[in-house]
Amino acid sequence: MSTLVIDKAGPTRKLGSMSRDRAWALRWSYFFLVLFAIFFLTPPVYMLITSLKSSAEISAATNPWWVFHPTLSNYVELLTSNQFLRFFWNSSIISIVVVIVTMLISIPAAFALARMKFWGSATLATGVFLTYLIPDSLLFIPLFKMLAMIQDFTGITLLNRWYVLVFIYPTLTVPFCTWIMIGYFASIPKELDEAAIIDGASWLQTLLRIFIPVALPGLIAATIFAFTVSWAQFLYPLVFTTSVDQLVLPVGITTTLIKGDVFNWGQIMTGALLGAAPPLIIYAFLMDYYIAGLTAGATKG
Amino acid sequence: MPPGMSRQGALALRPHDKGVDRSPASSFIFRQKAHSMADVVVQQGRLVRNARPRKASGLRNMLGRKSTVAFFLTLPLILLIALLVLYPAFFSLYLATLNKAMTKFVGLGNFTFLFKRETFWMVVKQSCIFAVTAVVFKALIGFIVAHFVHNIPGKKQRKWRGMLLVPWVIPPAMSTLAWLWLFDPSYSAFNYTLSFFGVGPIPWLGETFWARFSVILVNVWYGAPFFLIMYLAALKSVPDQLYEAAAIDGANWWQKIWYITLPMMRNIIAITTLFSLIVTFANFDIVRILTSGGPLDTTHLFATWAFQVGIQSSDIPLGACVSLFMVPILAVAAIFILRDVSKRGNEA
Repeated sequence: MSTLVIDKAGPTRKLGSMSRDRAWALRWSYFFLVLFAIFFLTPPVYMLITSLKSSAEISAATNPWWVFHPTLSNYVELLTSNQFLRFFWNSSIISIVVVIVTMLISIPAAFALARMKFWGSATLATGVFLTYLIPDSLLFIPLFKMLAMIQDFTGITLLNRWYVLVFIYPTLTVPFCTWIMIGYFASIPKELDEAAIIDGASWLQTLLRIFIPVALPGLIAATIFAFTVSWAQFLYPLVFTTSVDQLVLPVGITTTLIKGDVFNWGQIMTGALLGAAPPLIIYAFLMDYYIAGLTAGATKG
Repeated sequence: MPPGMSRQGALALRPHDKGVDRSPASSFIFRQKAHSMADVVVQQGRLVRNARPRKASGLRNMLGRKSTVAFFLTLPLILLIALLVLYPAFFSLYLATLNKAMTKFVGLGNFTFLFKRETFWMVVKQSCIFAVTAVVFKALIGFIVAHFVHNIPGKKQRKWRGMLLVPWVIPPAMSTLAWLWLFDPSYSAFNYTLSFFGVGPIPWLGETFWARFSVILVNVWYGAPFFLIMYLAALKSVPDQLYEAAAIDGANWWQKIWYITLPMMRNIIAITTLFSLIVTFANFDIVRILTSGGPLDTTHLFATWAFQVGIQSSDIPLGACVSLFMVPILAVAAIFILRDVSKRGNEA
């Protein structure tokens, strides 16, 4: 009799405790997620808060976490300043050209490396991946010297010109984009391009009509990557460009808005927020592609 | 009769061709342009000719070959890597052996000069402290937060993941400016908040310990979301049945993590950690903007010190020499990553 009661009670009690555990685990998860979200979002939120303050309010040292007299004067000032617009324009044109150059180089190369097994193709693919691991801080000094030497030799001004960055940035974007495009292309079923070739398509037609449309998500992920990398690059423009009209946004904000010891923090934060806006907007709309590109880097295909 | 001829040509070519292919004397991809993969190529050529009976010229034939096409498709990539990555890498080896005016060969003089300088050893130490501490905390925070995100219902995960990845999306130079402002000596928002808890003003960037702490904190803040995303993707790929089986066997949460989650994620953890180690070790932006190496050069990393020595003090050979010291640890990490990535490729 007693055993029967226990048998009946056992499972229900266990189930109840488990769902209670679940509920608590969920509550704790939310609690810690909120804590971490505060940690992760404090700097951008603080940027926004400061950007809405006038310099009088900042120097009055009131509660830094609150805006008592919100004003858009920092935004108006920066967006009407020719200098800042020049930085924005330089950054935009460089990033867009770099994205185009990157795609023109890496898509054909990835196609060849994924589909045409030729002598050395495996080595080249490995080499591309290794190139991706070479950081910019290893190459900026020899590149600087190389540019100076080419400039002396040919008489073409390369240093202190924004367009030289268009040639340098692809070293950062092309290896990664090629690598993830190899993965995306390799995942396309072989039957698809075999069918195209049997129908008389050339290699170029196979690439344009089959591979690019099918691997479009990968292409978007690679494009986003190339854009954000060239938008955020700080070391190369800091080394290669110095004149105010040749600077890109990150370097421009850090070098021109900080004048000696005078920090105009309202404008600096506004500039930083505006500089962070394009990648953030792209991320807000294309988050899934962004994350796909991020996780594809460490995996083969 | 063109189709027949081409097939005969293929038969005649093949033995000769294979002989060439197997010969170890192989210079560059140029070689295979003319020779390898002849069977496939000719098959393709035959198909094209069947479709169009007009006889193609020799040049056209060569251009249609798979190996030729492949060569031209990869040529820009090869040129880019060779001219703007490989050449500068070896050029910096050469630069490191010159004197400051770059007129005289001094052999290993720059290296022995560095070994005698105290600052150099401090940079080595600080780079290692910075990279190891930052990567460990990034990995830990990423792992923990990934579990919390994985715990909550699927629909809300997207929102939280989107919010938590924001530090990774903002260009590091921009977000570091916000940190610089948060750490500001006179208007620090952190010190303002801490003063309510009776904690005195902390010299975030003024004292060696706190400056080192701050640069690591900012790096962890910037890099942890990357780990979070990688681990979250890895967590989702662990089959639920394993956890159910463990629960039936009476495993507690710790045992589930130790015996199921970690072994299943082993590879992705290794790749992410090694990759992050490379990026963190070579970091420039954060230290440059926060402290520029100060106070008293105690927060310099290889990259920032190389910048100061090579560009700002325009001693290019010494700067090249400093940055070359990054190569050994980068190479070791790269070798392990390569091993793990190819292992993953084989598993798939």
